[in-house]
Amino acid sequence: MKFGIVTFPGSNCDYDTYHAVVDALGEEATYLWHKEHDLRGSDVVILPGGFSYGDYLRAGAIARFSPIMREVAAHAERGAPVLAICNGFQIACEAGMLPGALLRNASLRFVCEAVRLRVENADTQFTNRYDRGQLVTVPIAHGDGRYTADDETLARIEGEGRVVFRYVGGPGDADEWWSPNGSMNAIAGIVNAAGNVLGMMPHPERAVDDLLGSSDGMGIFESILSRVAA
Amino acid sequence: MSRFRVAVHIAPRRGLLDPQGKAVTDALRTLGFASVQDVHVGRHLVVEMDAADPAAAERTTRDMCNKLLANPVIEDFEIASVSTS
Repeated sequence: MKFGIVTFPGSNCDYDTYHAVVDALGEEATYLWHKEHDLRGSDVVILPGGFSYGDYLRAGAIARFSPIMREVAAHAERGAPVLAICNGFQIACEAGMLPGALLRNASLRFVCEAVRLRVENADTQFTNRYDRGQLVTVPIAHGDGRYTADDETLARIEGEGRVVFRYVGGPGDADEWWSPNGSMNAIAGIVNAAGNVLGMMPHPERAVDDLLGSSDGMGIFESILSRVAA
Repeated sequence: MSRFRVAVHIAPRRGLLDPQGKAVTDALRTLGFASVQDVHVGRHLVVEMDAADPAAAERTTRDMCNKLLANPVIEDFEIASVSTS
């Protein structure tokens, strides 16, 4: 399976993502420069983390108009998978591929730490290797990760089971919502209505090796592989 | 065609948590400005553009705001002024 990793000016997790796909998962990956108009046969598109265009105007606001985003949108409309991580999540929201927006962390601080997530929906093509309710440890690293949507949108995505990951508290508080950034309903990741676009602030590509703290992020890459290969 | 300067104010939507505005409010109160009730921190943009008349310049800028300059999910905008440049 071929993963296309989009590199915008200011992306900085593209190499980590490549490492996760090629070295940890053992699949093929290619970098897609944002000015290209060709996904080069990618089965899966990843919008990686970083600070595209220096977060000018709003995080993700400019990258959304990069030439390749037209092809990424068409890829998504065909029902093909798009994994949007961190800045990628911000870009996907700005592009209207996912509802809502990511605002400045409530603490006004850049937060870089391993957090615990609860898998709220294990029936997506990104999470089928997890169990519902499973707790996973994945790092976050962002200044603008406070998920925000209007009441109607929030009710809809909650009702449709589209909240895929939620931040939870420390040991013993696994049932409590807790948010490192002030996200509404402690939302860490959501899917679109069709279920083929996942946006998440945590970095699964940085959690692919126990030696580096956690391999809990591998489940996402393995889920994509098993679903698309099936 | 004339050259216009269109000033745009973009602010966080009312009702949304605005931690930056709250931090500034707290700082002002600490400084002794006890009367401060609330502060909203947004962006001020000046767009220089060619248009047939001020109304056209404003219309085009509004379009820019809806498509790029503001995000309607989280921000409100207003055209503060249109002047000849």
